[in-house]
Amino acid sequence: MKASPLVFAPLIAFAVIAAAFAVSLTRDPSTIPSALIDRPAPTFDLAGIGGADGLSTDDLRGGVTLLNVFGSWCVSCRVEHPFLLELAADPSVRLYGLNWKDPPEAAQNWLDRLGDPYAKIGADEDGRVAIDFGVTGAPETFVIDRDGRIRFRYVGPLSPETWVQEIRPIIAAIENDGDPYAR
Amino acid sequence: MRGRPFAIVFLVLVASVAAAQVANPDEALDDPALEARARALDAAFRCVVCQSQSIADSDAPLAKDMRVLIREQIAGGASDAEVRAFLLTRYGDYVLLKPRLTGGTAALWLGPALFGALGIAGAVVFLRRAGRNFAEASAGGAGPDSDDPDDGPPDGRDP
Repeated sequence: MKASPLVFAPLIAFAVIAAAFAVSLTRDPSTIPSALIDRPAPTFDLAGIGGADGLSTDDLRGGVTLLNVFGSWCVSCRVEHPFLLELAADPSVRLYGLNWKDPPEAAQNWLDRLGDPYAKIGADEDGRVAIDFGVTGAPETFVIDRDGRIRFRYVGPLSPETWVQEIRPIIAAIENDGDPYAR
Repeated sequence: MRGRPFAIVFLVLVASVAAAQVANPDEALDDPALEARARALDAAFRCVVCQSQSIADSDAPLAKDMRVLIREQIAGGASDAEVRAFLLTRYGDYVLLKPRLTGGTAALWLGPALFGALGIAGAVVFLRRAGRNFAEASAGGAGPDSDDPDDGPPDGRDP
């Protein structure tokens, strides 16, 4: 009895579908990929909180920046806050804050009570700058290179594990870009 | 006649549901034509917080911000395409509830047609074979493919 090559079709179809599912299992469908990776950060100029200096696009140049989107209303931001204070103690890290849809008094109260890890904060009270950044929720953290381009976005609270496994390698890669105009 | 009060109650209930779907009055544009365009756009964009709802259906603050933004742009003279482009550059294809046809979504758009065509082709092949085998069996003789043992009753054993 001669076997038609068609008898292998179901096996091949199964292998293709199984491979597609295996790849999909490693992805988190609830994390929306940022459309702004490798694009210049949007232009903005925000006031600060409690009379402090604000934050603008120009502040993002000249060094690798972490821009952390936070709000006093955001429970997960509270979770990552102690780690942000740890990061702030590291002089090689430049951490800026984007205070998202927060009344300035609430933000000030949050910083007074829990400590202020940010070198600079921009108050985005109406949420327009966050939309320009494609923010989908708080906390989110953007890694921005010294030319002001967005290189990475992390969705969710930062922790020592995510820092070591995801953020720090990306910062190291960006710093090794070999940009002739830097340093 | 006894059914009439019941019908009135029913109509009132239906009307109240329709009224509940009207967007937040403090967001709506005064011009009904512009507001209709804004509504159509609201329904086309995914709320990036809840993801399974459009920004028209979502109560999330970010969805409200986007509705207000869409109305601002429309009131400022932006076309529907410009509003779409504005959100696409910030949120990517994910913000569209109806995905565009790209390399990544080709399987999504073309897959059903492909599998439908495969199914029809398979059915045609199967029915043709079955019809031929039936003709051979009722003729009681060998067809042109009688050398293929898969392809009909074995010769000589048929009555």
